[in-house]
Amino acid sequence: MAEIRVMREDLRPPAPPPKRHFISIKDVTRDDVERLLATARTFERSLEREVKKLPTLKGRLVINVFYESSTRTSSSFELAAKRLSADTMSIKSTGSSVDKGESLKDTAITLGAYDPDVIVLRHPQIGAPHLVARVTDAHVVNAGDGKHQHPTQALLDLYTMREALGRLEGLHVAIVGDVLHSRVARSLIQALALMGAQVTLIGPPALLPRGIETMGCDATTDIGAVAAADVVYVLRMQRERMQEGANYVPSLREYTARWGITPERLRPGQKVMHPGPMNRGVEIDPLVADHADALIETQVRAGLVTRMAVLYDLLTSGPVEVKTEAVLEVA
Amino acid sequence: MLFAKDAPRENIVVRGARVLDSLEGVDATLDIRVDDGIIAALGTDLETNAHHVIEAGGLLVAPAFVDPHVHLRTPGREDEETVASGTAAAAAGGYCAILAMPNTDPVVDSAATLGSLVEAAHADAQIPVGFLASITKGQAGAELTEMGELADAGAAGFTDDGVPVASAGLMRRALQYSAVTGRRLALHCEEPTLSRGGQMHEGDVSAELGFTGYPSVAESLMVERDLSLAAYERQPLHLLHLSAWESVQALRRARAEGVAATAEVTPHHLCLTDEAVRSLDPNRKMNPPLRSASDRTALIEALKDGTITAIATDHAPHARHEKEEPFEAAPFGVTGLETAFAALYTQLVEPGLVPLATVLERMSAGPARAYGLEEPRIRVGAPANLVLLDLKASYRIAEETFRSRSVNSWLLGETVKGKVRATIAAGRLVYAA
Repeated sequence: MAEIRVMREDLRPPAPPPKRHFISIKDVTRDDVERLLATARTFERSLEREVKKLPTLKGRLVINVFYESSTRTSSSFELAAKRLSADTMSIKSTGSSVDKGESLKDTAITLGAYDPDVIVLRHPQIGAPHLVARVTDAHVVNAGDGKHQHPTQALLDLYTMREALGRLEGLHVAIVGDVLHSRVARSLIQALALMGAQVTLIGPPALLPRGIETMGCDATTDIGAVAAADVVYVLRMQRERMQEGANYVPSLREYTARWGITPERLRPGQKVMHPGPMNRGVEIDPLVADHADALIETQVRAGLVTRMAVLYDLLTSGPVEVKTEAVLEVA
Repeated sequence: MLFAKDAPRENIVVRGARVLDSLEGVDATLDIRVDDGIIAALGTDLETNAHHVIEAGGLLVAPAFVDPHVHLRTPGREDEETVASGTAAAAAGGYCAILAMPNTDPVVDSAATLGSLVEAAHADAQIPVGFLASITKGQAGAELTEMGELADAGAAGFTDDGVPVASAGLMRRALQYSAVTGRRLALHCEEPTLSRGGQMHEGDVSAELGFTGYPSVAESLMVERDLSLAAYERQPLHLLHLSAWESVQALRRARAEGVAATAEVTPHHLCLTDEAVRSLDPNRKMNPPLRSASDRTALIEALKDGTITAIATDHAPHARHEKEEPFEAAPFGVTGLETAFAALYTQLVEPGLVPLATVLERMSAGPARAYGLEEPRIRVGAPANLVLLDLKASYRIAEETFRSRSVNSWLLGETVKGKVRATIAAGRLVYAA
């Protein structure tokens, strides 16, 4: 044990800053986003080299905890951590103690005992990452909590838009489809508003939540409103939610007829994005999905570098932590 | 209709407090002498007659509180609350009587279950407690309970609280039959097809947080239905925990038209709005949900103008591990017995939103009247039901201080003003701090 011999007030180390998390777009400022996008850009260039691994996070531990199925998010977080030389572990709810009824709190405490630097969490319930942040000492990155937030998706979408169109300020983005059930939409609306872009939500009335305009966007049921947009962002129709007799729309067929994104509804040069997984032929026509103006594959590549940027940023920047174990001696 | 542990009545003199009972027209510094549990004299410099003397200089004495809406979780969830712990918590909160809700396991829907609770109250209740029985068997909304027999066995009223009586036809039958029992029906107003899946008030905050909304109209539509039925059947009813502006409007209209409807509101709906849910603290999750600022304003107005005559805590204890879940997975409900007065004093009286006398009346005589219970009054000849309040005491709400078995308070960690120093319930000193 180190001994602490302390001295004059002004020579005391500052109190350690509160642990930074990335749970919601509300956790970041415009400057933070600019820094993260710039860092992602740097990583993109580093990935062009023959040896893609960087030593930056050597010795750090990143645990990915996924309570919902995921392809893009879980694989990109894992690869992002590996490209930065961090140790990684992946826990899925099936095949773990979650199957035996363990509470999220107990699972988090168990994993916290390994002293992870970052816990990446996807969970079907709103508020899950907040709980994990309360009971562990790790930085928590939200990889999707229920219908609430998916902030790294928003970040990769911003990255993709800026790379393709050269700007975010003043950009007009139409978000089309099931906004009600979409954490992607909630994070993206906030992120675009933060960066000075204009957002129009388009969808069936029951899938546009009452009061959503207060987040800083317009909302309309008229699909014709896509015409004015620089980017058409298509949300996934969550079939399982549509089929439980909830009558959000009379049928998927009617949804596709009224709000499906087809070549006829787009102008040449309008960019199309989709967070995946797509329901081809439902919310998006296969011709649109495979067209050169679709940025869907770019989004996936952006997912890797922006998630590298998030891990790097949480673990390296910000005020330098002062280890209280250190012997402090004063002349 | 109220039951408590048998104990000798006491001889007490409360000396030198400001005595405030607006219904009796009393607001003066007085001594109160209690002989054998009955208020025997009010005056200055009263003889103490070797009575137990409580020096109350600087304190306020008011009629003790009545909570018409408490979940004692007994039978079935004694880990969360018992008759003993719940009534001890109530005593610490300044209450001289509480009414317990029947949504237990099993539901209080038979004279046998009610009888076991009455027995438990005789053994353990620190203050008088009454028990409501359910309107429908198992609260399943299909068949009426034997309300006559339950009333004879001591039921203080009838409610399916926790769930609505979804069928209008069945609701009508219950209202008709309540004329026979002479006991009040207390209604949890929620249209289930509109509230289904709802986690919080539907509005700007739910849209942003992504929660499925529980719209105001889910409550007010049912309020309007039940008021229409009450008007048609010419029967009184009591509306539980109103939360929405539209519900208040409907109640005001119906009362003006002569419907004998009373209503209650909780401290949390009077003090908080849906903005409080942004913290995602599961202790901000209740049913009905915290609503918008304009709903809160309407509730405060209704409390002041007498449209709403009762403040009820809806004290809903939950096991620690059940609330230590993500907001979406946590159960609805918060505790309130031990914090109600301080919350209301701090957030309504001190800022000048509601006069102190109104808060005191709505916590005491108002709820008693709604269920036909004897109103606590400070007058010679009345049973001594008194609360001693220190309005200057400022303190932090901490888990360790609760007498309730559960700690799911929405005020944890908050600093409040106004402390209960002593409670005299039915002539017995049941709490002193």
